[in-house]
Amino acid sequence: MPDQKLAATTPRGGPERAAPAADRVVVDRVSKDFELTVGRRRQHIRALNEVSLTVADGEIIALTGLSGCGKTTLLRIIMGLEKATSGGVSVGGQAVTGCGYDRGLVFQHAELFPWRTALQNVEFGLEVKGVPKPERRRIAREKLALVGLGHAMDRRPSQLSGGMKQRVGLARALSIDPQVLLMDEPFGALDAQTREGLQAEVLRIHRETGKTIVFVTHDLDEAVLLAHRVVLMSPNPGRVKRVFEVPIEGSREDLVAVRGTETFAELRYEIWRSLMEHAPEEEPARNAVLRAAGSGAERSAGK
Amino acid sequence: MTTRNGTLTAGARAAGAAAPGAGAPPSGAPAPTRGTGFVRRHRYRLITAASLVVLLVVWEIVGRRMDPLFATYPTAIARTFKDELADGTLLTALWDSLKPLFLGYFLAAAAGIVIGMLVGRYRVVEAAVGLYITAGYSMPMVAFIPLFLLWFGLGFTVKVAVVVVMTIFPIIISTRAGVKAVPRSLVEVGNSFVAGEFALMRKIIFPATVPHIMTGLRLGIGRAVIGIVIAEFFTAIGGLGGLIILAGQRFDTAALFVPIVVLMVLGVGLTRLVGWLEGLVAPWQAGVSGGGDHD
Repeated sequence: MPDQKLAATTPRGGPERAAPAADRVVVDRVSKDFELTVGRRRQHIRALNEVSLTVADGEIIALTGLSGCGKTTLLRIIMGLEKATSGGVSVGGQAVTGCGYDRGLVFQHAELFPWRTALQNVEFGLEVKGVPKPERRRIAREKLALVGLGHAMDRRPSQLSGGMKQRVGLARALSIDPQVLLMDEPFGALDAQTREGLQAEVLRIHRETGKTIVFVTHDLDEAVLLAHRVVLMSPNPGRVKRVFEVPIEGSREDLVAVRGTETFAELRYEIWRSLMEHAPEEEPARNAVLRAAGSGAERSAGK
Repeated sequence: MTTRNGTLTAGARAAGAAAPGAGAPPSGAPAPTRGTGFVRRHRYRLITAASLVVLLVVWEIVGRRMDPLFATYPTAIARTFKDELADGTLLTALWDSLKPLFLGYFLAAAAGIVIGMLVGRYRVVEAAVGLYITAGYSMPMVAFIPLFLLWFGLGFTVKVAVVVVMTIFPIIISTRAGVKAVPRSLVEVGNSFVAGEFALMRKIIFPATVPHIMTGLRLGIGRAVIGIVIAEFFTAIGGLGGLIILAGQRFDTAALFVPIVVLMVLGVGLTRLVGWLEGLVAPWQAGVSGGGDHD
């Protein structure tokens, strides 16, 4: 396997985005290592290897790939929940050193506080930020209305369906008015109809707020439907394999119509093929250890 | 009266009919239907009540035939109960026991919750004092009472001290378990909004731990009652435990049973009370699911 560290990571400025907007998120050669103890042996795992990526202002980016490719790790590093071993991330020109109010994260399983109502859950971030009560109440109501939950503000999470919980999570992330919205497989656990409803909702919110969005998904349909660019990652070690432009013009909020287009079908097929070539037939852990040890065995074997 | 009776019958009949495969006679004879409905609805309570009646009756019959030095019987206990209530001994003793019980319990709860939170949250604290908590929980605290008598004398303080050491460990251990059970992702929600350590503790970890804390408080109240009786046995002055010891020395078996019954009721009542509070402060735990509509 050729070492294509940077080959795919150069942002491909397609012809239709000839005038690139300001880079909102810049991921610069980010690597992440961690240690895994298997029995008595310690293994050195390289979760991300020199990943670079730029996200333009107002762009929607999907991170996808086989499990273990480090897509969630990358998102968490952008969020500031995890530290990169080397390399750096900057958002709006500011280097990321931890979490910040310029980024909002939607969690995979909503992670609402069961002791708070929907409204109080949305208020949480503002509360921590120190926004006075009447103000944060007003903002929370507004954001809940934005995600279509104006009628369920006083319900507790146990009284909300899965889709409604995710909406509350989305409203909570938006409450602090972040520059960048990060979403970690936000709709993965929902049924197909609910998921589709929320996908349309995300597109609508994107149109209304113009937020930059980076989301992780294993659902290629979702990636192609929502994103302007789909970043395909591959495991062992986690890296960007290819970046696909999604040349769908205009509004995509009619998801059914978009699904019917040839562009959608072709691109989805192309990503799928790219995803499945070099599917991990080799033992992943061993491979990672070899690479991390810098034995160079693979590289020489490839020649 | 008649009308109310009539409604009741109708309601009972409806309930009887609603039960599938009811053994009730199909004809609409009112009396048996009502009987069946009432019995069915309160079946388990009736069994409990019947069991209690049988116990009391057997005890009464057997107790009356035995030497009053060794045994007593319910009516004798009731008579003594009435006397001790009338002359104030019982209420004074009860109050003497309740004061240190509540004070000790609240002190143990306040300290136990704080210690439990710290031990659960910080590995350093756990490493420093975790050993003593495990030891304190597993060892019989009664062993320390002679030492406590030396330190605190025979009065109020020693009772409080015994209640505290009996109660604090289950509270600490439950709280610690609760803190450790807080999902990491919930804490990460706090992190994602740049919450400081104090805000994390107050707004996420503490509320998430409340159900565990309540379990600890419920376990603790039972041990607090045990603690107060043991302390009073040793000091033998005042309180319900003191009454038991005094009655035992007088060979007054009926008087001995009066504080025992009171303690039993007290233990059950307080545990119920804490259980009720649990539902009050952590209602989300009870799985109150209204009709969550789907979108």
